[in-house]
Amino acid sequence: MACTNIMIVGVGGQGTLLASKMLGRVLLDQGWDVKVSEVHGMSQRGGSVVTYVRFGDRVFSPVIDRGEADVILSFEQLEAARWLEYLKPGGKIVTNLQKIEPMPVITGSAAYPDALVDKMRAAGADVEAGDYLALAVKAGSAKAVNMVLMGRLSALFPEIPEEDWLSALEAVVPARFLEMNRAAFAAGRNA
Amino acid sequence: MKELMLGNKAVARGLYEAGCRFISSYPGTPSTEITEEAAAYDEIYCEWAPNEKVALEAAHGASLGGARAACAMKHVGLNVAADPLFSISYQGLNAGLVICVADDPGMHSSQNEQDSRHYAAAAKVPMLEPSDSAEAVAFTKAAFELSERYSTPVFVKMCTRVAHSQSVVEPGERAEVPLVPYVKDPTKVMMTANSRAAHVRVENRTREMTVWAETCPYNRVEMGGRAIGVICDSTCYQYAREVFGDGASYLKIGLVYPLPEKLFLDFAAAVDRVIVLEELDPILEDHCRKLGIAVEGKSLFPLCGEFSQDLVRACLGLPVPSSASIDDPIPPRPPVMCAGCPHRGVFYTLKKHDCMVYGDIGCYTLGALAPLNSMDLNVCMGASCSGLHGFNKAIGSEAERRSVGVIGDSTFIHSGITGIIDIAYNMTNSTVIILDNSITGMTGHQQNPTTGKNLRGDPAGKVDLEALCRAVGFRRVRVADPYDLAAMDEAVTEELAAEEPSVIISRRPCVMIRGTVHKPPLTVDEDRCTGCRSCMKIGCPAISVADRKARIDATQCIGCGVCTQMCRFGALAEERS
Repeated sequence: MACTNIMIVGVGGQGTLLASKMLGRVLLDQGWDVKVSEVHGMSQRGGSVVTYVRFGDRVFSPVIDRGEADVILSFEQLEAARWLEYLKPGGKIVTNLQKIEPMPVITGSAAYPDALVDKMRAAGADVEAGDYLALAVKAGSAKAVNMVLMGRLSALFPEIPEEDWLSALEAVVPARFLEMNRAAFAAGRNA
Repeated sequence: MKELMLGNKAVARGLYEAGCRFISSYPGTPSTEITEEAAAYDEIYCEWAPNEKVALEAAHGASLGGARAACAMKHVGLNVAADPLFSISYQGLNAGLVICVADDPGMHSSQNEQDSRHYAAAAKVPMLEPSDSAEAVAFTKAAFELSERYSTPVFVKMCTRVAHSQSVVEPGERAEVPLVPYVKDPTKVMMTANSRAAHVRVENRTREMTVWAETCPYNRVEMGGRAIGVICDSTCYQYAREVFGDGASYLKIGLVYPLPEKLFLDFAAAVDRVIVLEELDPILEDHCRKLGIAVEGKSLFPLCGEFSQDLVRACLGLPVPSSASIDDPIPPRPPVMCAGCPHRGVFYTLKKHDCMVYGDIGCYTLGALAPLNSMDLNVCMGASCSGLHGFNKAIGSEAERRSVGVIGDSTFIHSGITGIIDIAYNMTNSTVIILDNSITGMTGHQQNPTTGKNLRGDPAGKVDLEALCRAVGFRRVRVADPYDLAAMDEAVTEELAAEEPSVIISRRPCVMIRGTVHKPPLTVDEDRCTGCRSCMKIGCPAISVADRKARIDATQCIGCGVCTQMCRFGALAEERS
């Protein structure tokens, strides 16, 4: 099969790296070739972050380019809009409705665009948006928003058994936070 | 069992499987995880050295002592290690020595994008360049064999995309390699007669390796369509395969120094059009030209920045996928100092004093961004001290009264000490602020010689910064708390006015260190808040203003209290009971 391309985007510190680690594990368990590419360092200090996840029979490039992403999983609205042009025609965006103002907006030198979900839909994107932060808080912690989003993502891949997602979750999450993260994952999957 | 492995972890795995016993490194993105991951193996002694020169010398010492040894650094770190590199190439070694160097095309986390492949040619040190994690394991193991066979250090060269991509690896077993006994050899002393003989040995070695390079398994030909032949290395191979699939032929170079000749000529003869695809400088391309092969390389592709499949398509005039966009401008999201970052109070104070700030390399480089905007310059590790000295010598007392150097604790140990000695010895009334946050922050919280802990977090020796500064000739050395704006202001005012060199140590642990105590988030008294935005001047990401009232993001605020000192109305405070 041709490669499937998933981008995980968000704000440094939101837990995107752990989510991509879990996703990579799930996909490898399905017997696919997988590449996961991320950038560490300066951008993790509250900057815009992106992880590329590609899988298929054979994956060469570790990065996803404009117009190539099948799914963009976004932890924050503005980040979904920032990476919109990476979406393949017919691809899907799943975005958290949370807004985190970047420093240029905080200092007043730029404006946070309004009605982003509507605008992305008007541009032709299939957008699924929800208050996944609220689901995470309900599950026990705002920090579990990454697992809520992984739950949402899992619902897009019905051919992958749920237990494979859960065993990957167990492998990447510390034992003492396991129950909360399982609850967050379930909340996202069933949202 | 197959596992998805980060490129840098794969290098660490290769070091482990090769029987490496000793690693000394200085952290630097994108190389840091090599040493951190290697430290997970009890069989390998790992340490953070004060800088890359020390790391390479220590690793070479371990090799002379008979242990397979390695060091890891980022591309600019290799500049620091260049001095020992060139002479180690002459002197040779006892057990294998591998130097892992990670370039950063696109400068995701660097101040330049120099191409480390030049060092291989300049120092005549062989260089292997993996294009994914499986090759990172295999090439690292091969590097030790090569190193011992030819008595030369060997580079394993990474780049950000290979270092920070995970791909599939099948881990193997560790080979236990016994210590090679040390035997005194008078020709190992690098003085004139010995060095002359050593240079001849290096040239002979390179000639032998060039012959071997013709058939070595690290350079690979993959024949497909013959209309286009792509000569490529590293991650460019992956981009080329993505664009052309089996429709083109490939000469994938894994040993980038020394380069074979016949292999290039034969490949070029077998295809109609030769394209060289390589990031940064035209090293493979120049080799082709030297051999008289007609190629297209930098005439098509840029010298600057990182490549991708899209870039390759666009440069070749091939169709690129269509994409959607919206009309609204998307505000950028630059990285920021964390909420509660102790550097913030220092830069706020320096902005108030309208200082010329000579900065350095670390998280605090973010002090250059709005709204603090309080960094004028930075160059490389340590230049804040020596550069400030030269600046002040050129201008004189006018500059001395309103300029400072700002340097982090780890960077100070790396290269700042010699700079402040220049200040003390050659006497400028310069003021250096050491931002002592008790950790190497930017690269992900590594211990360093000022923290009192070693790489594994165990108790270790500890540099006394105050005593060190006094010992090199500074009489004025004081400590200030960056959370106390009045105290920081007083320190800066007095030290700028002082007619002698001075050091201010701004001391507060990084808020991201595990175990740092955070206070409860502050709250806003809306009756008192006038919406004046004074609190916004410190650029804390936890503070915003909405509906003319300050808002504090409780998920980010750690209660450092710096903003409370900005508010004239007492509107920001710890939660009132």
